[in-house]
Amino acid sequence: MQAPTPADTTRRSSVEISDVTGLRETTYWQATVANQAFWVTVTVILLCLATAYYQPDTFATKGNFFNITRNFAAIGIMAMGMTCVIITGGIDLSVGSVMALAAVVAARIMESGFEWYVAFIAGLLAGAAAGAVNGSLIAYVKLPPFVVTLGMLSIARSAAIVLSENRVIYQFGPGAETFKAIGGGQVSVPWIDGGILPLSNLFVVLVVLAVVMSIVLKFTAWGRYLFAIGGNEHAARLTGIPVDRIKLQVYILAGTTAALAAIMSVGYMGSASNGMGRMYELYVIAATVIGGANLMGGKGSIYGAFIGAALIFLIRNSLIMFGVDANWYDFFVGLFIILAVLLERLRSRQQG
Amino acid sequence: MAVLELAGIAKHFGAIEALRGVDLALEPGEVLGLMGDNGAGKSTLVKIIAGNFPPSEGAIRVDGAEHHFHKPIDARRQGIEIVYQDLALCDNLTAADNVFLGREIRHSVGPFKFLNFRAMIARAAELFGELKSETRPRDLVKQMSGGQRQAVAIARTRLTESKIVLMDEPTAAISVRQVHEVLELIRRLKDTGIAVILISHRMPDVFAVCDRVAVLRRGTKVADKRVADSSPEEITGLITGAIEYA
Repeated sequence: MQAPTPADTTRRSSVEISDVTGLRETTYWQATVANQAFWVTVTVILLCLATAYYQPDTFATKGNFFNITRNFAAIGIMAMGMTCVIITGGIDLSVGSVMALAAVVAARIMESGFEWYVAFIAGLLAGAAAGAVNGSLIAYVKLPPFVVTLGMLSIARSAAIVLSENRVIYQFGPGAETFKAIGGGQVSVPWIDGGILPLSNLFVVLVVLAVVMSIVLKFTAWGRYLFAIGGNEHAARLTGIPVDRIKLQVYILAGTTAALAAIMSVGYMGSASNGMGRMYELYVIAATVIGGANLMGGKGSIYGAFIGAALIFLIRNSLIMFGVDANWYDFFVGLFIILAVLLERLRSRQQG
Repeated sequence: MAVLELAGIAKHFGAIEALRGVDLALEPGEVLGLMGDNGAGKSTLVKIIAGNFPPSEGAIRVDGAEHHFHKPIDARRQGIEIVYQDLALCDNLTAADNVFLGREIRHSVGPFKFLNFRAMIARAAELFGELKSETRPRDLVKQMSGGQRQAVAIARTRLTESKIVLMDEPTAAISVRQVHEVLELIRRLKDTGIAVILISHRMPDVFAVCDRVAVLRRGTKVADKRVADSSPEEITGLITGAIEYA
């Protein structure tokens, strides 16, 4: 193909609008390279390859895959809700505590002899209620999200401790079998070696939720409004978007996803403790930020949060595989958060 | 017949009288320049027409029928659109997204409603074409020039059969070449029979594009005359108060 001469390029700029609009503003390749989630995916793959090379017998096994995906599923589920909050320019620091509250509520109800679905619904409602309190104060009373959810972090944790009478709840009533089967169960999918690949229910819930949320964010007006609010809240309001109602909804969503992660985890572990989800706000926010969400709002993706959560737990697994002291774990999580933000800053400087 | 008629509009904020007995009429396809110093009441008047708040006294008539606007959506339903001074655009979204923000085209799949990107992009391209703007629907607003951003904000007003477009300081913070672009956009609106109220501080722009100019001073309309019968000097005098009334 011949390079365009200057005459060609000038003619180009005067073509009809309808011709130009057929062109993509950037190629898919450019868009991919500019996407943070792409680089996190590359990191995840490299880390997997390195660990698999170092520990071929223990890392690259179906059993280890099952464990890693189950372990990051709870963080991943919560990161789905957090992504929506962060896209609107908010933050929810209370998700870890809300997780504990929902777990204790569900467990206490099981303990009192109710059926598993009553516990399930009650747990989800507890999470939604905590989110609704956060959302109402932020959207309608106009309090800063950071402060409101910091308060809820303390309140929900305390409520969980009081409600659990500060003990670990493990004596579940008649619905215990079903309850534990839902959280702790697994599904088997056919695998390329002709056998089956077991996947934890937690991970399956995460994947289903991620697919649904991706569709919602990309293809619905509601998803578009989240980005509009995060980009320019004032403009969103002027165009008639129900900004306050949507803000309330995203905090309810964040609380509900925390509760969902909690109930599934209780089923998997077979017990609920009020210490559940401690520090999880750090991991959840880290997962979304590492995946490319911007804490200033207007930017973020479900896939990014998913792969970010995967990276965080892969770091833990790899450290163990390489024989590094596990106490270094949070050090590396923190390092990756800062690296992610640094990378984001460098790229936005390049563009602007 | 006048498409928009204001009769005896007054607005008090507590003891402060922002507007006093303002009458104004606008014909279809007419461009009116609304001028005045800071605090003269321009913004208040525009906000009343756009439905941000109701007037304390007076009537608003659109096509002869009286209306009471309480929310911007009320005014929009009567075909009154506003281009805000800050344009009210979301930088992180595309041009087409911004044009349709809050008024998305959707198609139903079972009980769910999904965005119809194809239709929105096609319609946005059509609107930019009508405005003779080189704005591309898929481009992010962040990457656009001031003129292109104006085109996006103006295209938004063309989504429905609008009759009146209010433009608040559209040329205040953009380059000379872009000012030219924006004035062209205003002429396109005029050509399609839309009445435009241009709020501006820039005398050359008003004289370049307006048919008529109205001057507000301390909440009162002190002049309302054809641009051809006036001069920048006279208007400056009216704005500052050096000329009492014209």
